[in-house]
Amino acid sequence: MFENVSRRQFVTGSAAAALALGLVGCGGNGGGASEGGDASGAIKVGIMGPHTGDNSSYGLACLNGTQLYFKQLNADGGVNGKQVEPVVYDEKGDATEAVNAYNRLVQEDGVTGIVGDVTTGPTIAVAKASVTDNMPCVTPSATAADVVTYGDNYFRACVTDPEQGRVMANFAVEQGYKSVATLYLNGSDYSEGVNAAFCEEAEAAGITITAQESYAEGDVDFNSQLTNIIGTNPDAILVPNYYQDDGMIVTQARAQGYDKVFLGVDGWSGIYGGSENYADAADLHDCYYCCAFSSSNESEIATKFVEDYEAEYGETPTNFCALGYDAAMVLANGLAAAEEAGLEPGSDDYKQAVIDGIASGTVEGVTGSIAYEGTGDPVKSSLIITFAEDGAEETFEVLEA
Amino acid sequence: MRHEKTEEKPVISASASKGDTGVYRRLPMPARYAINAVVVLVLLVLGELMIDGGAINRYQSTVLEQVGIYIILAVSLNIATGYLGQLPLGHAGFMSMGAYGCSIFIIRTSEALGVGARDFVTGTPMTLLLVIGGLIVGGLCAAIAGIIIGIPALRLKGDYLAIITLAFAEIIRVVMLNIDDVVGFELTGGAAGLTGIPGFSSFLLVFGCVAVVCFLIHTMMKSRHGRAILAIRDNEIAAEATGVNTTYYKTLAFVVSAFFAGVAGGLYAGCVGVLQPAVFGFMKSIEILVMVVLGGMGSMLGSAISATVLTILPEALRAFSEYRMIAYAVVLIIVMIFRPQGLLGSYDFSLSRIIERVMNRDFPWRKREASPADEKSGEEVSVDAER
Repeated sequence: MFENVSRRQFVTGSAAAALALGLVGCGGNGGGASEGGDASGAIKVGIMGPHTGDNSSYGLACLNGTQLYFKQLNADGGVNGKQVEPVVYDEKGDATEAVNAYNRLVQEDGVTGIVGDVTTGPTIAVAKASVTDNMPCVTPSATAADVVTYGDNYFRACVTDPEQGRVMANFAVEQGYKSVATLYLNGSDYSEGVNAAFCEEAEAAGITITAQESYAEGDVDFNSQLTNIIGTNPDAILVPNYYQDDGMIVTQARAQGYDKVFLGVDGWSGIYGGSENYADAADLHDCYYCCAFSSSNESEIATKFVEDYEAEYGETPTNFCALGYDAAMVLANGLAAAEEAGLEPGSDDYKQAVIDGIASGTVEGVTGSIAYEGTGDPVKSSLIITFAEDGAEETFEVLEA
Repeated sequence: MRHEKTEEKPVISASASKGDTGVYRRLPMPARYAINAVVVLVLLVLGELMIDGGAINRYQSTVLEQVGIYIILAVSLNIATGYLGQLPLGHAGFMSMGAYGCSIFIIRTSEALGVGARDFVTGTPMTLLLVIGGLIVGGLCAAIAGIIIGIPALRLKGDYLAIITLAFAEIIRVVMLNIDDVVGFELTGGAAGLTGIPGFSSFLLVFGCVAVVCFLIHTMMKSRHGRAILAIRDNEIAAEATGVNTTYYKTLAFVVSAFFAGVAGGLYAGCVGVLQPAVFGFMKSIEILVMVVLGGMGSMLGSAISATVLTILPEALRAFSEYRMIAYAVVLIIVMIFRPQGLLGSYDFSLSRIIERVMNRDFPWRKREASPADEKSGEEVSVDAER
């Protein structure tokens, strides 16, 4: 009978078969959702982030830090004698994929807690979806204010963009600067958020904002903005952007003869001494930026983390690696609280116990001590980093929370 | 379902098909619509029951919602590529106009009316009205953008049209990014994104929209307007010579395409709950275009199937996340090598046509001596295609 099947019918048939296969592929895992730890008694924990695509450098850094912590935790005997089993999903920096990854982690893999997401947009989408499940989640690095406002179940390990702006404004007051200009990336929620908070806080403290200049994504020549800024003769220039741009801005400003102070935030991390130097060591004098972690920090816990990380991955950890590590630590702290209470993994009580454990606990992370005072925003210390003559980072000051 | 019908129908038509009098029995139009409407309803109710009963969990139903959204996008782009024969590269721009228009409308009006975000999940008549209103507003926003771009762009052809639509989608994206500073109050939320969108999309809403959109596009293409559009695709000069107002019909097809993309954008906003301009970049347009090209330009069923497969495939392959992008690309390459006209070419599925064949005992495995012109019965709204 098959010799009479025309090509058109064959194609129709194969298309139908492909559709059926696709649906089976989707449904194939249905019903397999295990509730929390399986027979072996392992605790399943989800890790999600952009591991491919434009934001993959942040996602992978967080992933490395998170996995390092769980590995060490398992080597030390796990949580309450149970091993932690991470389930890792990539969401390519896309909010839709992030929601899918989240639903899959919860419904198909039956995780008891999630470290993620990494960037702001996907994290907000996940935060909205997670409220109904009351799923404990800790984001290493999503800084938008919205993330922790949907429910009590979302925590973050980093401080928000506006908070960083306020920290730098206070630093500027402390250092006695009278006038500050800013140069930020237009269209970036990060740069704009820091800039707005800095200006508000600084003006309230009596500092004059002499100029607020902006540039567009992909710009490499900042001379016209810098000419305007230097014309207003500020004591300091706030450059709240990522390190590639910051390096070019500093270099061009020094070439124009500006030799006063630059202020920055944690996007500066990696400007010198990483895989590439984005500015000359000689130009980096009088530059200060705040961040949660620097490999130059000499506290015991940070030095040990740097050693362990280098041994594991063969590279120096960045700010994001440390935040990933700390986010895992925060979640593990909550899991420990729930395990001590002897609850059934996957039950609603268990999730609530994890959330309560995180909210009431304090962990000594590599980015400082992290505590939550009734919100998902951490109360934590921050570092002010500056550069030595040879370009090496130095911890200038530790600002307690 | 189809099997049941094959059992019933021959009884009615038994006498006629025996006679071989050359009369090809047809279903009357009202019966065709009724059959299709019933099948759509049954499938929607079945899907909803499976979700309520827990046979489809939330992960799967969210993926299904996205499938529905991409079906609308692909089917609407198909009007401009498949039926009109142009190559617009800015579909994501219309989608974002719809998404922002719909969400801003819903957020603002629900604030004014005092409807909470919770009500959208439970669903009251008021929220249903708001959502439908929002989707229409979203569609209209996109359609207006379609008129603005369509009038100048459609004087061009081929590569030039592709470039101008691509550029226009970028303009939309940059406007979304910066409009807050221009208007002086918070409208789109800029780079940080628009948040606070209630999660109004549900399986029923999305697939209800899929059915309505497919029906409207199908009936439009069956009307004289649709025929005029097809005539322009086949030969623009000949069409103009026979009195078709080419500028008008090209713009019409383009605007209708934009309108439905806007509706899909609105559903997307309700599904994800956060909008960032960066999402609606060039790659999103390409993603939708790939669905249309893969399924076969000019085939509604093809667009629907490839939208389904291409949305589910990355999810089904999540376990092999390192390799899934390769698999995705390999599928595309293989299809393009072996079926450059797309999976289904310009074939479209018609349930009525199948029923008519059964009524006339005209089965594919029979010798096709006097093959009744199946082209004449045309493409019926493909009910199964929507899944």
